[in-house]
Amino acid sequence: MSTHLSYVKIIDPNKEPDAPLSMHPQKFALWLFIVSVVMIFAALTSAYIVRQAEGDWLVFNMPSIFWFNTLVVALSSVSMHFAYIYAKKDNQNKLKFATAITAVLGFAFIYGQVKGWGDLVDQGVYFVGNPAGSFMYVLTGLHLVHLLSGIIFVIVLLAFVFYNKVNSNKMLNMEMCSTYWHFLSGLWIYLFLFLLLNN
Amino acid sequence: MSTLSQNINSDVHEEHEHHEENWVTKYLFTTDHKMIGKQFLITGLVWALIGGALSLIFRLQLGFPDMNLDWLRPILGEWITDSGKIDPNFYLALVTMHGTIMVFFVLTAGLSGTFSNFLIPLQIGARDMASGFMNALSYWLFFISSVIMLSSLFIETGPAAGGWVVYPPLSALPQAVPGSQLGMTLWLIAMVFFIASTLIGGINYIATIINMRTKGLSFNKLPLTIWAFFLTAIIGLLSFPVLFAAALLLVFDRSFGTSFYLSEIYIGGEALPNVGGSAVLYQHLFWFLGHPEVYIVLLPALGITSEIIATNARKPIFGYKAMIGSMLGITVLSFVVWAHHMFVSGMNPFLGSIFMFLTLIIAVPSAIKVFNYLTTLWKGNLQFTTAMLFSIGLVSFFISGGLTGIFLGNAALDIQLHDTYFVVAHFHLVMGSASFFGMMAGIYHWFPKMYGRMMDEKLGYLHFWLTFVGVYLVFFPMHYIGIAGFPRRYYSFTNFDAFSSFTDLNTFISIAAILTMSAQFIFVFNFFYSMYRGRKAPLNPWKSTTLEWTTPRVPGHGNWPGKVPVVYRWPYDYSKPGAEDDFIPQTVPYSETKSSNLPHENELIELEEEINREDEKVTEPQN
Repeated sequence: MSTHLSYVKIIDPNKEPDAPLSMHPQKFALWLFIVSVVMIFAALTSAYIVRQAEGDWLVFNMPSIFWFNTLVVALSSVSMHFAYIYAKKDNQNKLKFATAITAVLGFAFIYGQVKGWGDLVDQGVYFVGNPAGSFMYVLTGLHLVHLLSGIIFVIVLLAFVFYNKVNSNKMLNMEMCSTYWHFLSGLWIYLFLFLLLNN
Repeated sequence: MSTLSQNINSDVHEEHEHHEENWVTKYLFTTDHKMIGKQFLITGLVWALIGGALSLIFRLQLGFPDMNLDWLRPILGEWITDSGKIDPNFYLALVTMHGTIMVFFVLTAGLSGTFSNFLIPLQIGARDMASGFMNALSYWLFFISSVIMLSSLFIETGPAAGGWVVYPPLSALPQAVPGSQLGMTLWLIAMVFFIASTLIGGINYIATIINMRTKGLSFNKLPLTIWAFFLTAIIGLLSFPVLFAAALLLVFDRSFGTSFYLSEIYIGGEALPNVGGSAVLYQHLFWFLGHPEVYIVLLPALGITSEIIATNARKPIFGYKAMIGSMLGITVLSFVVWAHHMFVSGMNPFLGSIFMFLTLIIAVPSAIKVFNYLTTLWKGNLQFTTAMLFSIGLVSFFISGGLTGIFLGNAALDIQLHDTYFVVAHFHLVMGSASFFGMMAGIYHWFPKMYGRMMDEKLGYLHFWLTFVGVYLVFFPMHYIGIAGFPRRYYSFTNFDAFSSFTDLNTFISIAAILTMSAQFIFVFNFFYSMYRGRKAPLNPWKSTTLEWTTPRVPGHGNWPGKVPVVYRWPYDYSKPGAEDDFIPQTVPYSETKSSNLPHENELIELEEEINREDEKVTEPQN
């Protein structure tokens, strides 16, 4: 909020009219990007349901490590939120710690997901074969691709944090990064429940 | 990032000042929305000529099956067989590439890309797009996509040949047709870039329209063009990711051996290993984009037409709110009708009747739009500019092509008509020609703003009449051929006795197509000649009300040299009783037009004073 105000304060003297919607254009663009990602996964999970209803569907156990990964990604969202709170409170030390924890948990999640694919292979579920298995790899893999982009964002944020460029007056990147990160955790939890319930 | 807000601030600073630019920053890697719009336009026009030329080649085959085409050998090389005929595989590639190019590269990027970029900031009173960098990125991704798609025309196995819808298994199996080899791979890569370009562009359009309108320009004062671009971008944002998902699974099937779409296929007596896929699944995913795509193509043209018809009928658009409402209705409905492309795909017939019902509902908003166009024209003080003629042409095609949509939307009739030339006639009129005419109308109308010069009216008339008559001569006979049962995409009909009585009609269509295509060179000449030699345009050549005509003849960076104008009224105050002129620009406050104000508008004067006070307060502390 404060970012927005400072933004308007600086822009307005340059004879620009008021922004009719009080949201930073980049933040808004991020939300629109999230919408398009939602549509990709909506399409793929719908395709999953349609295809499953046609029968000839391999039933297998979801790798148990996915439960653990879900916990990890949820915790990373919590630590991200703490980072956000500390940034607002200008508590630089705790901010650094919380952001670093988020990045570490992000890497743990990536490791866990790859481990999960190993478990699938051990079960005899391959990328090539019955679409049930292929869908499992595509959904988790595409999510992981997005999560990689998210973790790059977190690392960039971490760099800014360590150069003391995130504080209660400079929240834009913090806000955008946390929005995207929460979205990615939420997306995984959706996919996890979806795959759990539609196995 | 900490300096982000300051960065934006300094960006805005720079944009206002005119500084020397070299050729590369001005024409090539520009972030100015007007130049990016022109880049889309020129690229789109080049694609239109290529796409049109491809259609002429296959029209030669259809109209003159016995003709010796050896003279095309210098261009097509080995695709002309030893007996002087087009190679059947290349014929399939031609129809595929014609469709792909026209739908995506001309009528999506060329139409929406051009006019959304050019008009959004100008008509909403913004200095530029929300992100100039994203805007440039959108164009250059489109350019990369174009280069890849174009290069696929020149490879030995030929471009993709499975139809522009690239249904598997045809598109998924390289053994199926030569075009499904490298050509199909290039098609998919090109489309990935294209999707990224469209999404980035669309995000920018939406962010700009929502965030950057000038003071006073509420959504109920927006020109219908902007409404159309806004809804188009929303449709694109929701549907292109689905095409991406469909294409991704197709890539896995093609290159990694998965079986999302493939099942129990025998080639040359040998079974493929793929088991368990569903080809209909691809059709669902594809048409979830494919149908909204029709409106991505059409809505900008309808928006442009609304603006031009109101301006040149010197009348307010009839039913402004109904126009917005019907566009919203079309937007929503466009997402729930996709399976009408799949009535005969083996889909559950009960599902077919639901989709038929939803499809026929689209007739309601479409009819509202047509009714409003006609009532706007009714008793108007019509100015037959070239743009106006093309807009009226659009309305004509929208009616005649829309009517056959009611036939095709009917699941039972579709059994006979599906994949015949009746479908070809239908969508070429209602989507192809209508949108093309919208694009032409837009070019003729906004050319003075783009290049500061007028296009030649006489050549414009000639171009219009030849094209208008030509389009009907090409596509009207196709309805008959279609009802007779001609399937589309077939290389040859002379093998079937039932169809030989229609050979003359096919010849006629081909001649008409060649003439229509030739007429486009009148436009090409007019366009490039006027760019350099045209009469210098007055500031407001069409006496229009919208903001772009308050800019200098050739607007520079930041569009307005001084303050961004403030908007006080809707964009359609034409021929208002009591007004001095027959148009009142959006920038004229009600306090200056007391003689023509309606009672409720007089009440708005106080509000205006408040806006002005605020505006002055804001502008005071200038540097």
